[in-house]
Amino acid sequence: MIPMSHYLIVSSILFSISLAGIFLNRKNIIIMLMSLELMFLSINFNFIIFGNYLNDLTGQIFVFFILTVVAAESAIGLAIIVVLYRNKHSINVQDIARLKG
Amino acid sequence: MNVEIIIFYIFSLLLLSSSIAVVTVNNPVKSAISLVFSFFSSAILWLLLNAEFLSIILILVYVGAVMVLFLFVVMMLDINISQAKEGFVKYFSIGIFVFATIAGLLSYFFYNQFENSGKNIITSIDLIGTDNTKNLGYLLYTEYLLAFEIAAIILLLGIISSITLTLRKSTTNKYQNPAHQVNVSKSERLRIIKDEDRKT
Repeated sequence: MIPMSHYLIVSSILFSISLAGIFLNRKNIIIMLMSLELMFLSINFNFIIFGNYLNDLTGQIFVFFILTVVAAESAIGLAIIVVLYRNKHSINVQDIARLKG
Repeated sequence: MNVEIIIFYIFSLLLLSSSIAVVTVNNPVKSAISLVFSFFSSAILWLLLNAEFLSIILILVYVGAVMVLFLFVVMMLDINISQAKEGFVKYFSIGIFVFATIAGLLSYFFYNQFENSGKNIITSIDLIGTDNTKNLGYLLYTEYLLAFEIAAIILLLGIISSITLTLRKSTTNKYQNPAHQVNVSKSERLRIIKDEDRKT
Protein backbone atom coordinates (compact mmCIF):
# COMPACT_ATOMS: atom_id res chain seq x y z
CA MET A 1 0.00 0.00 0.00
CA ILE A 2 1.23 3.45 -0.84
CA PRO A 3 0.81 6.06 1.87
CA MET A 4 -1.20 9.11 0.92
CA SER A 5 1.63 11.50 1.73
CA HIS A 6 3.75 10.12 -1.12
CA TYR A 7 1.08 11.03 -3.66
CA LEU A 8 0.74 14.48 -2.09
CA ILE A 9 4.50 15.04 -2.21
CA VAL A 10 4.60 14.07 -5.91
CA SER A 11 1.84 16.57 -6.70
CA SER A 12 3.46 19.35 -4.66
CA ILE A 13 6.82 18.81 -6.39
CA LEU A 14 4.98 18.95 -9.73
CA PHE A 15 3.38 22.24 -8.68
CA SER A 16 6.71 23.77 -7.68
CA ILE A 17 8.40 22.62 -10.92
CA SER A 18 5.72 24.40 -12.93
CA LEU A 19 5.97 27.51 -10.72
CA ALA A 20 9.75 27.57 -11.25
CA GLY A 21 9.11 27.07 -14.99
CA ILE A 22 7.15 30.32 -15.13
CA PHE A 23 10.13 32.09 -13.51
CA LEU A 24 12.69 30.43 -15.80
CA ASN A 25 10.92 31.05 -19.11
CA ARG A 26 10.17 34.72 -18.72
CA LYS A 27 10.55 35.37 -22.46
CA ASN A 28 8.61 32.52 -24.01
CA ILE A 29 4.86 32.82 -23.56
CA ILE A 30 4.11 29.35 -24.98
CA ILE A 31 6.26 27.61 -22.37
CA MET A 32 4.56 29.76 -19.73
CA LEU A 33 1.19 28.40 -20.92
CA MET A 34 2.60 24.86 -20.77
CA SER A 35 3.74 25.43 -17.18
CA LEU A 36 0.23 26.63 -16.42
CA GLU A 37 -1.11 23.33 -17.79
CA LEU A 38 1.27 21.43 -15.52
CA MET A 39 0.08 23.50 -12.57
CA PHE A 40 -3.55 22.62 -13.33
CA LEU A 41 -2.49 18.98 -13.57
CA SER A 42 -0.97 19.02 -10.09
CA ILE A 43 -4.08 20.71 -8.67
CA ASN A 44 -6.26 18.04 -10.28
CA PHE A 45 -3.95 15.48 -8.74
CA ASN A 46 -4.62 16.94 -5.30
CA PHE A 47 -8.38 16.89 -5.87
CA ILE A 48 -8.28 13.22 -6.86
CA ILE A 49 -6.03 12.26 -3.93
CA PHE A 50 -8.25 13.94 -1.37
CA GLY A 51 -11.36 12.55 -3.06
CA ASN A 52 -9.88 9.09 -2.61
CA TYR A 53 -8.93 9.92 1.00
CA LEU A 54 -12.41 11.10 1.93
CA ASN A 55 -14.05 8.39 -0.21
CA ASP A 56 -16.07 11.05 -2.01
CA LEU A 57 -16.64 11.38 -5.75
CA THR A 58 -17.12 15.17 -5.59
CA GLY A 59 -13.38 15.66 -6.03
CA GLN A 60 -13.49 13.85 -9.35
CA ILE A 61 -16.52 15.93 -10.45
CA PHE A 62 -14.49 19.04 -9.66
CA VAL A 63 -11.58 17.73 -11.75
CA PHE A 64 -14.00 17.19 -14.63
CA PHE A 65 -15.08 20.84 -14.55
CA ILE A 66 -11.49 22.06 -14.15
CA LEU A 67 -10.52 20.09 -17.26
CA THR A 68 -13.39 21.73 -19.19
CA VAL A 69 -12.45 25.25 -18.15
CA VAL A 70 -8.73 24.66 -18.79
CA ALA A 71 -9.43 23.34 -22.29
CA ALA A 72 -11.42 26.49 -23.12
CA GLU A 73 -8.75 28.68 -21.52
CA SER A 74 -5.87 27.15 -23.47
CA ALA A 75 -7.82 27.40 -26.75
CA ILE A 76 -8.47 31.12 -26.16
CA GLY A 77 -4.89 31.71 -24.99
CA LEU A 78 -3.42 30.08 -28.08
CA ALA A 79 -5.78 32.09 -30.29
CA ILE A 80 -4.57 35.28 -28.59
CA ILE A 81 -0.95 34.18 -29.17
CA VAL A 82 -1.65 33.57 -32.88
CA VAL A 83 -3.22 37.04 -33.22
CA LEU A 84 -0.29 38.64 -31.37
CA TYR A 85 2.20 36.87 -33.61
CA ARG A 86 0.30 38.01 -36.68
CA ASN A 87 0.45 41.64 -35.59
CA LYS A 88 3.90 41.86 -33.95
CA HIS A 89 5.79 38.99 -35.68
CA SER A 90 7.15 37.94 -32.30
CA ILE A 91 5.93 36.14 -29.21
CA ASN A 92 8.63 37.50 -26.98
CA VAL A 93 7.01 38.79 -23.81
CA GLN A 94 9.03 42.02 -23.95
CA ASP A 95 7.83 42.82 -27.46
CA ILE A 96 4.17 42.31 -26.68
CA ALA A 97 4.09 44.30 -23.44
CA ARG A 98 2.20 47.12 -25.10
CA LEU A 99 -0.68 47.42 -22.68
CA LYS A 100 0.87 49.80 -20.19
CA GLY A 101 -1.39 51.24 -17.56
CA MET B 1 7.47 -5.60 -3.24
CA ASN B 2 4.02 -4.99 -4.48
CA VAL B 3 3.47 -4.36 -8.20
CA GLU B 4 1.41 -1.29 -7.38
CA ILE B 5 4.27 0.30 -5.43
CA ILE B 6 6.68 -0.32 -8.31
CA ILE B 7 4.24 1.23 -10.79
CA PHE B 8 3.71 4.23 -8.53
CA TYR B 9 7.41 4.98 -8.09
CA ILE B 10 8.35 4.41 -11.75
CA PHE B 11 5.59 6.61 -13.12
CA SER B 12 5.94 9.37 -10.54
CA LEU B 13 9.66 9.51 -11.38
CA LEU B 14 8.78 9.67 -15.09
CA LEU B 15 6.17 12.36 -14.40
CA LEU B 16 8.59 14.56 -12.47
CA SER B 17 11.50 14.12 -14.89
CA SER B 18 9.36 14.86 -17.95
CA SER B 19 7.86 17.92 -16.26
CA ILE B 20 11.40 19.16 -15.52
CA ALA B 21 12.11 18.63 -19.22
CA VAL B 22 9.06 20.76 -20.12
CA VAL B 23 10.47 23.83 -18.39
CA THR B 24 14.16 23.40 -19.24
CA VAL B 25 14.36 22.05 -22.82
CA ASN B 26 15.33 24.60 -25.49
CA ASN B 27 13.02 23.58 -28.30
CA PRO B 28 9.29 24.30 -27.66
CA VAL B 29 8.28 21.27 -29.77
CA LYS B 30 10.32 18.99 -27.53
CA SER B 31 8.86 20.57 -24.43
CA ALA B 32 5.32 20.05 -25.79
CA ILE B 33 6.12 16.39 -26.40
CA SER B 34 7.48 15.99 -22.87
CA LEU B 35 4.26 17.61 -21.63
CA VAL B 36 2.35 14.87 -23.50
CA PHE B 37 4.53 12.30 -21.79
CA SER B 38 3.90 13.78 -18.36
CA PHE B 39 0.15 13.71 -19.04
CA PHE B 40 0.44 10.02 -19.91
CA SER B 41 2.30 9.14 -16.72
CA SER B 42 -0.08 11.13 -14.56
CA ALA B 43 -3.01 9.35 -16.24
CA ILE B 44 -1.47 6.08 -15.09
CA LEU B 45 -1.11 7.45 -11.56
CA TRP B 46 -4.78 8.50 -11.66
CA LEU B 47 -5.66 4.92 -12.54
CA LEU B 48 -4.03 3.85 -9.28
CA LEU B 49 -6.21 6.41 -7.48
CA ASN B 50 -9.48 4.86 -8.80
CA ALA B 51 -10.13 7.67 -11.27
CA GLU B 52 -10.45 5.53 -14.38
CA PHE B 53 -12.84 7.84 -16.22
CA LEU B 54 -10.73 10.92 -15.59
CA SER B 55 -7.51 9.22 -16.63
CA ILE B 56 -9.09 8.21 -19.94
CA ILE B 57 -10.46 11.76 -20.33
CA LEU B 58 -6.98 13.14 -19.61
CA ILE B 59 -5.52 11.08 -22.43
CA LEU B 60 -8.36 11.63 -24.90
CA VAL B 61 -9.03 15.32 -24.31
CA TYR B 62 -5.61 16.53 -23.23
CA VAL B 63 -3.22 14.47 -25.31
CA GLY B 64 -5.68 14.16 -28.17
CA ALA B 65 -6.95 17.72 -28.44
CA VAL B 66 -5.24 20.32 -26.28
CA MET B 67 -1.67 19.14 -26.80
CA VAL B 68 -2.22 18.75 -30.55
CA LEU B 69 -3.44 22.36 -30.51
CA PHE B 70 -0.27 23.37 -28.66
CA LEU B 71 1.96 21.52 -31.12
CA PHE B 72 0.04 23.09 -34.00
CA VAL B 73 0.60 26.61 -32.69
CA VAL B 74 4.25 25.95 -31.81
CA MET B 75 4.96 24.64 -35.29
CA MET B 76 2.95 27.40 -36.99
CA LEU B 77 4.78 30.25 -35.30
CA ASP B 78 8.40 30.85 -36.18
CA ILE B 79 9.95 31.14 -32.73
CA ASN B 80 13.41 32.53 -32.24
CA ILE B 81 14.75 29.94 -29.79
CA SER B 82 17.93 31.75 -28.78
CA GLN B 83 15.96 34.90 -28.06
CA ALA B 84 13.30 32.98 -26.18
CA LYS B 85 15.86 31.39 -23.87
CA GLU B 86 17.60 34.70 -23.08
CA GLY B 87 16.62 35.09 -19.45
CA PHE B 88 17.10 31.44 -18.53
CA VAL B 89 20.54 31.78 -16.90
CA LYS B 90 19.61 35.10 -15.35
CA TYR B 91 16.53 33.74 -13.62
CA PHE B 92 17.95 30.27 -12.91
CA SER B 93 18.88 30.99 -9.30
CA ILE B 94 15.50 32.52 -8.45
CA GLY B 95 13.76 29.61 -10.17
CA ILE B 96 15.70 27.09 -8.09
CA PHE B 97 14.95 29.15 -4.97
CA VAL B 98 11.20 29.21 -5.69
CA PHE B 99 11.23 25.49 -6.47
CA ALA B 100 13.13 24.58 -3.30
CA THR B 101 11.02 26.78 -1.04
CA ILE B 102 7.59 25.74 -2.29
CA ALA B 103 8.47 22.05 -2.71
CA GLY B 104 10.17 21.90 0.69
CA LEU B 105 7.37 23.62 2.55
CA LEU B 106 4.56 21.65 0.90
CA SER B 107 6.35 18.31 1.24
CA TYR B 108 7.21 19.00 4.90
CA PHE B 109 3.61 19.91 5.64
CA PHE B 110 2.12 16.93 3.82
CA TYR B 111 4.67 14.53 5.30
CA ASN B 112 3.97 15.66 8.86
CA GLN B 113 0.24 15.84 8.38
CA PHE B 114 -0.43 12.57 6.61
CA GLU B 115 2.54 10.23 7.08
CA ASN B 116 1.53 8.99 10.50
CA SER B 117 -2.21 9.14 9.97
CA GLY B 118 -2.14 5.51 8.83
CA LYS B 119 -4.27 6.41 5.82
CA ASN B 120 -3.37 4.56 2.67
CA ILE B 121 -4.66 5.10 -0.82
CA ILE B 122 -7.45 2.73 -1.72
CA THR B 123 -6.53 1.08 -5.00
CA SER B 124 -8.80 -0.41 -7.59
CA ILE B 125 -8.06 -3.93 -6.40
CA ASP B 126 -9.95 -3.24 -3.18
CA LEU B 127 -12.93 -1.79 -4.98
CA ILE B 128 -13.75 -4.46 -7.55
CA GLY B 129 -17.44 -4.32 -8.32
CA THR B 130 -17.85 -0.57 -8.09
CA ASP B 131 -18.05 1.32 -11.35
CA ASN B 132 -16.31 4.67 -11.26
CA THR B 133 -17.72 5.90 -14.58
CA LYS B 134 -21.28 4.91 -13.65
CA ASN B 135 -21.12 6.63 -10.27
CA LEU B 136 -19.55 9.72 -11.78
CA GLY B 137 -22.21 9.92 -14.49
CA TYR B 138 -24.96 9.49 -11.94
CA LEU B 139 -23.61 12.39 -9.84
CA LEU B 140 -22.96 14.54 -12.91
CA TYR B 141 -26.46 14.23 -14.34
CA THR B 142 -28.39 14.62 -11.08
CA GLU B 143 -26.65 16.72 -8.48
CA TYR B 144 -24.34 18.72 -10.72
CA LEU B 145 -26.58 19.12 -13.77
CA LEU B 146 -26.56 22.94 -13.69
CA ALA B 147 -22.76 23.01 -13.42
CA PHE B 148 -22.57 20.55 -16.32
CA GLU B 149 -24.68 22.86 -18.50
CA ILE B 150 -22.57 25.87 -17.51
CA ALA B 151 -19.48 23.89 -18.52
CA ALA B 152 -21.08 23.29 -21.92
CA ILE B 153 -21.68 27.04 -22.29
CA ILE B 154 -18.04 27.73 -21.34
CA LEU B 155 -16.89 25.37 -24.09
CA LEU B 156 -19.19 27.14 -26.57
CA LEU B 157 -17.68 30.44 -25.42
CA GLY B 158 -14.21 29.02 -26.09
CA ILE B 159 -15.20 28.04 -29.63
CA ILE B 160 -16.80 31.41 -30.44
CA SER B 161 -14.00 33.51 -28.94
CA SER B 162 -11.15 31.61 -30.59
CA ILE B 163 -12.90 31.81 -33.98
CA THR B 164 -13.65 35.52 -33.71
CA LEU B 165 -10.11 36.28 -32.51
CA THR B 166 -8.39 34.56 -35.40
CA LEU B 167 -10.90 35.35 -38.15
CA ARG B 168 -9.76 37.90 -40.70
CA LYS B 169 -10.99 39.09 -44.03
CA SER B 170 -9.10 37.33 -46.74
CA THR B 171 -7.30 39.68 -49.12
CA THR B 172 -6.46 37.11 -51.77
CA ASN B 173 -9.97 35.88 -52.44
CA LYS B 174 -12.17 37.80 -54.86
CA TYR B 175 -15.69 38.38 -53.73
CA GLN B 176 -18.63 40.50 -54.85
CA ASN B 177 -20.12 43.42 -53.01
CA PRO B 178 -23.80 43.46 -54.01
CA ALA B 179 -24.50 46.96 -52.66
CA HIS B 180 -21.66 48.37 -54.69
CA GLN B 181 -22.88 46.54 -57.76
CA VAL B 182 -26.39 47.94 -57.42
CA ASN B 183 -25.23 51.51 -56.89
CA VAL B 184 -22.96 51.61 -59.90
CA SER B 185 -23.71 54.31 -62.46
CA LYS B 186 -23.41 54.28 -66.19
CA SER B 187 -20.41 56.61 -66.27
CA GLU B 188 -18.28 54.21 -64.22
CA ARG B 189 -18.66 51.36 -66.63
CA LEU B 190 -19.09 52.88 -70.06
CA ARG B 191 -16.56 55.07 -71.80
CA ILE B 192 -17.04 56.48 -75.30
CA ILE B 193 -13.81 56.76 -77.24
CA LYS B 194 -13.54 58.92 -80.29
CA ASP B 195 -11.99 57.00 -83.12
CA GLU B 196 -9.38 59.22 -84.76
CA ASP B 197 -8.03 56.81 -87.38
CA ARG B 198 -11.22 55.99 -89.16
CA LYS B 199 -11.91 58.49 -91.91
CA THR B 200 -15.23 58.03 -93.50
